Amino acid sequence: MSNTYKIFSYFLTLTFGFIVISGCTESNELPDRGYTLVWADEFDGTTGDPPNPEFWNYDIGTGDEGWGNNELQYYTNRTENIYIDGRGSLVIKAINEPFGGRNFTSARITTKGLKEFQYGRIEARIKTPFGQGLWPAFWMLGADIDQIGWPQTGEIDIMELRGQEPSKILGSIHGPGYSGENAISQPFQLFDSRFDTDFHVFAVEWGPDFIDFFVDQRLYNRLKPEDLPAGTDWVFDKPFFILLNVAVGGNFVGSPSSNSRFPQTMLIDYVRVYQ
Amino acid sequence: MGVKDIYPYPYWEVMIFNIKKRLDMKNKHIFLFSSLLIFSTIGCVREEFDDLPRARYSRTADIFTDNFVGLGSDFYFPYQGAKPDVFSVDDNESYEGTSSIRIDVPDADDPGGNFAGAIFRIDGAGRDLQDFNALTFYARASQAATISEIGFGQDFLGDTYRAFRTDVKFTTNWQKFVIPIPDPSKLLEERGVFQFAAGGIGPEGEEVGFSFWIDELRFENLSSLAQPLPKINNGENQEVNSFSGVTFPVTGTSVTLNFDGLDISVVASPAYFNFTSSNPSVATVNNQGQVSVIGAGNSTITASLGSDATEIDALGSLTVNSPGQFIGAPTPPARNAEDVVSIFSDAYTNVQVDNYNGFFQFATTQGGLTNIAGENIISYTNLNFVSVNMFNSPDVNASEMTHLHLDINVRENVDPGDFIRVQIINNNGPTETSGAVNLGNYKPLVSEEWISYDIPMSDFGGLGTANDVDLIFFISDGTVSDIFVDNIYFYR
Repeated sequence: MSNTYKIFSYFLTLTFGFIVISGCTESNELPDRGYTLVWADEFDGTTGDPPNPEFWNYDIGTGDEGWGNNELQYYTNRTENIYIDGRGSLVIKAINEPFGGRNFTSARITTKGLKEFQYGRIEARIKTPFGQGLWPAFWMLGADIDQIGWPQTGEIDIMELRGQEPSKILGSIHGPGYSGENAISQPFQLFDSRFDTDFHVFAVEWGPDFIDFFVDQRLYNRLKPEDLPAGTDWVFDKPFFILLNVAVGGNFVGSPSSNSRFPQTMLIDYVRVYQ
Repeated sequence: MGVKDIYPYPYWEVMIFNIKKRLDMKNKHIFLFSSLLIFSTIGCVREEFDDLPRARYSRTADIFTDNFVGLGSDFYFPYQGAKPDVFSVDDNESYEGTSSIRIDVPDADDPGGNFAGAIFRIDGAGRDLQDFNALTFYARASQAATISEIGFGQDFLGDTYRAFRTDVKFTTNWQKFVIPIPDPSKLLEERGVFQFAAGGIGPEGEEVGFSFWIDELRFENLSSLAQPLPKINNGENQEVNSFSGVTFPVTGTSVTLNFDGLDISVVASPAYFNFTSSNPSVATVNNQGQVSVIGAGNSTITASLGSDATEIDALGSLTVNSPGQFIGAPTPPARNAEDVVSIFSDAYTNVQVDNYNGFFQFATTQGGLTNIAGENIISYTNLNFVSVNMFNSPDVNASEMTHLHLDINVRENVDPGDFIRVQIINNNGPTETSGAVNLGNYKPLVSEEWISYDIPMSDFGGLGTANDVDLIFFISDGTVSDIFVDNIYFYR
């Protein structure tokens, strides 16, 4: 009962939100912000290619405390875990195998130091993995993370999904005073499909005093400095870099179960940035 | 092509029946004229009929809401051996509305049968289930219980498109359950809409009965059901050795689907799959998954589920290795009945045998009596020791016989140190006697060839008078793993 109510009330909120934003028009699309494409990776390589090293770095290993979330995977740069599929997509594959003292391998890439952006529309077209304990994400971190640390640097989660809820994604921001479980977060749920069966476009449109969250051109959340907890700072006014990864286990999703199917893949058709 | 695969009837019967059914509703004159026309043109314009839209059977989704929907009157068929009267409609329990289906699982000692199991088969034409992807229902039990099987597609008329979940756990609260349809496009006229089998709770032989209730039983199209993963041979790649003339089924066929994040597997009839043989001159496979070995060589059987854009390769395969025709053991000579005591031979009348493999403790040996392309033989695999057992059968008196005959065919390379010892135990028990011989002392073991051994009874030192032969052991201690045995008999 409570679930049904939650979904329904969420639906109401959404509907109401649309009306407010779009002024009672049929669609919730915003006026064109006049963006033009400034960078893209279409992943149009040959089967088995690694991602373009001019754009992407690898995060390798287990990080500190499982990348801060008690994640269970060992990230590698092997083509078993990350490769261009030759059909226009990048594949990140989570595999159930012993490696480096862990039972799962996967991959995480970032544009840190290579492609960093302040403001604009950042989008990717993605088909997610599924199943208990899978945690795919398309997100951003502040480019000054090594100087000031997390969460001071800021984090924008454009898409993250719990594999056990394949019809629901979350868009969130983390910053000092509103990070981890206290992040400012909004789910978006499909009622007639799932995120692992078809590609969907996940995007933020980000300006000096707003971050709008989109799924397939549908605006489902707008965050502004006044939405932050009292006394906290809006830290989204500097360059950020982009991350793509598939985590296994961790605080956000819980561990995979015997019911989870492996290997699991995230397909990324493209990442594009407009300003 | 597809039509032939789907219908158990000849193509034209079905086609005409469907056309007739549709026209019947409109105008009888048209029907008569049309059927004449159809019959007169069958030979020459077969293709044109493929373009006709096919009349579809009922697309009704509901099976039970507060009562049965469109099942007719005679739809309940219990399994053989099941307690027949376990089913009722309960007006005091429901998930929704006023009533539910109630099943009373019997105690293990119930004289009417020790389990509940039945099918619901539509009394009339089947349903077209192409628009659905799952059978769903709500269920609860009088106490937490495991239902052995629950599904659909069983009609006792071939069970062509069975799909069922195993070991489904019901609790005392109403919960929704989903049985995915492996490939809805196959279900054009399905009569078997529900099936269950359940025993009581507790240790084997002492199970206590319980009740469970099913409500809102219907077919649905769930967008939350996705990611089919078909498997044959339990998803494993396996090699099997066989011969021309042998047929066997592909087993271990299942489909796993993900329902809103959770994987659900159904055992699925082979008929849901499309099978392929990599070398049809060695082995063929039909659309029921029946493999027929027809020649020498290797062939790998693989499968897929669905067609065109939705076709998915199944995990698992079966590679058939065949040397061609099976060559049987030499036929024993004709003998007078009093000159032979036969344990296993098609040439003589055999004594009564308990079994050809007792699966004794510490024995790894698999196999036993088998039939290869019409020949009865004994096939042992993974041999360490095994015995032909007669200790529960009438006494086998070979005391007048002078020799033991055996034909042995080793199904693998013979390596140095390989041996097969034959041991006879007489009058099994505290006063038993036994003797053993090593076959290699008579003739060397040979790979893939029948070797006949004729061993004097006097060589079985310690056996004494063989007036109650109870066990004949084959012992290799694992040095020889796979053998065929034929024509085990004593003679004089």
